[in-house]
Amino acid sequence: MTKSLPWWLRDLLWLALFVAVLVGLAYGLDAIPIVGMAYYNRILVLMGINITLAVSLNIINGHAGQFSLGHAGFMAVGAYFSAYLTFYHFAPRLDKMPAGTEQWLMQNVFLVIAVLCGGLLAALAGYLVGLPSLRLRGDYLAIVTLGFGEIIRVFILNIDKIGAARGFSGIPHWGNFFWVFLVCGLAIVISWRLVQSSVGRAFLAVREDQVAAEAMGIDTTRYKVKAFVIGSFLAGVAGGLYAHYTMYLNPQTFMFVKSFEVVAMVVLGGLGSISGSVVAAVILTFLPEGLRSVKDYMPGGRDPRMVIYSIMLIVLMLTRPQGLFGRRELWQVFGRKKKRDQSEAPPVQ
Amino acid sequence: MANGNALLDARDVTIRFGGLTAVSHFNLGIQPHELVGLIGPNGAGKTTVFNMLTGVYKPTEGQIFVGGVSTHDFKPYQITALGMARTFQNIRLFKELSVLDNVKIGGHIHYKYSAAAAVLKTNRFHEAEEAAEHDAIELLKIFGLENRAGYYAKNLPYGDQRRLEIARALSAQPKLLLLDEPAAGLNDRETRDLLQTIRDIHKRFDIAILVIEHNMELVMELCERIVVLNFGKTIAQGTPGQVRENPVVIEAYLGEPAEAAGI
Ligand SMILES: Nc1ncnc2c1ncn2[C@@H]1O[C@H](COP(=O)(O)OP(=O)(O)OP(=O)(O)O)[C@@H](O)[C@H]1O
Ligand SMILES: [Mg+2]
Repeated sequence: MTKSLPWWLRDLLWLALFVAVLVGLAYGLDAIPIVGMAYYNRILVLMGINITLAVSLNIINGHAGQFSLGHAGFMAVGAYFSAYLTFYHFAPRLDKMPAGTEQWLMQNVFLVIAVLCGGLLAALAGYLVGLPSLRLRGDYLAIVTLGFGEIIRVFILNIDKIGAARGFSGIPHWGNFFWVFLVCGLAIVISWRLVQSSVGRAFLAVREDQVAAEAMGIDTTRYKVKAFVIGSFLAGVAGGLYAHYTMYLNPQTFMFVKSFEVVAMVVLGGLGSISGSVVAAVILTFLPEGLRSVKDYMPGGRDPRMVIYSIMLIVLMLTRPQGLFGRRELWQVFGRKKKRDQSEAPPVQ
Repeated sequence: MANGNALLDARDVTIRFGGLTAVSHFNLGIQPHELVGLIGPNGAGKTTVFNMLTGVYKPTEGQIFVGGVSTHDFKPYQITALGMARTFQNIRLFKELSVLDNVKIGGHIHYKYSAAAAVLKTNRFHEAEEAAEHDAIELLKIFGLENRAGYYAKNLPYGDQRRLEIARALSAQPKLLLLDEPAAGLNDRETRDLLQTIRDIHKRFDIAILVIEHNMELVMELCERIVVLNFGKTIAQGTPGQVRENPVVIEAYLGEPAEAAGI
């Protein structure tokens, strides 16, 4: 079927199907009559955002091999800028409209515009950081991007209009399960299609050997910047949805610790493995929540979550330094035997 | 201006690393379809010449023209687009990628498209990918690697890694191919095979080849013209016969065990 359809129609149909499934899921989740469903919904949404962040950082760190520690910064740019647009421009306009379907529609249109603008500004930030710093390698790049993230945060701390140190509150609650997982799904598809293309192969070539990549006609700087722009765009979009879901932003949220968290997801999943990033993001979102109850058994009600969390991470890195899936994808790891047999056989075509 | 239809024209090229003059006043013109050898003892500056030709190093003095274009302000990837591709003395494959992907990446300049086309899988994407796949497999067949297209490059035996590097360079569809010691580390049989393969691709793709090689027998048999470097200076130039007889060359190689030099 897919062969005969024009590419745009085929993709549109898949998108429509995905949207339908998401809408169904969103309604289904709302209908589940459990106490504390709002809490589970919240964790699910945060998981979706974390997956988006991990998958986008994986493009930069895992595919293009540029070790960035500034992802929280890009997320912050998207979160704050989209929240700013909504709070000062879109929400007041929406308030003037009569309640009803049209208002509901405009709310979502505004959300998409705000979040996309957030992503674009984050992409611009990615471009600006990328361009000068990509001459640097390894540790130096990590330090520069780390510095960038902190600069963004300090910058935000000094703008009163978006709340400065008080935090930015009163952002309308427009983000929801549907949007978060739509973006999450798109991020995965984008990343997957990129890595299966000449663009992705160029990323991988840069990661593997820059000198050889240049010699093969690859403009390495351009592709590094490309990876940064795409990765930070997606991080910005994730940040925008985060802002419109939690309704409150605080500069503390975007400390370098947040960047480390995302790096931990990517490294845990295996640098370069998209499914690894997804699985690790899921684990690292649920783990701290699952450990919440441990507190009840501790003397004096102390919260040992961070300790357990850290120990688990360290043990995992000691036993599997290449991450859960290494550089492979989930299905390749479990179907490894089959894969090897295939590679013995003559390729199709 | 550069010399007529020369693929490559290096004029009075000199490079200094601090106090060390690694290559001095190097001149070389290569015409289409020529097979030229670049030889010389260890540390003579052969690889450095390659690095200057391909833009990895900028010459301290002198000029290099590729296809009549001065490459002075060019980055390596731009020089590749002018029709020159190379292999490396210390194999530099994309080790963690498949054999097939290595070759596809070699053809990057011919099969690239925008990130948007990749994400949307447009017609351009499908056309380019089909061409890349087809051409890559054809190349792998020439090197007898088509059955191992799915292997990680690092899992190939050493000799095949060397061959894969040549396949990858050819994938860029160069007019001039630079090979840096393609037979290094190969056994006799592999060396004979390689010699035959180089001859084949030379004919089949109608390209010029500049080859650095320590194996004197191979160079003498393969090349129409040979340039001899010693301590960065060109000490001789000519047909294999002329170079073999040249007393300066013999003397330069006397520093090495005669057997290794093969003279
Ligand atoms: N980047 C560099 N910095 C300093 N010196 C260098 C550099 N590259 C090469 N050289 C020096 O230039 C000289 C020529 O080196 P080159 O690698 O070109 O020799 P070669 O002819 O390829 O030798 P071999 O047969 O061993 O490969 C050597 O003395 C080397 O140490
Ligand atoms: Mg050398």
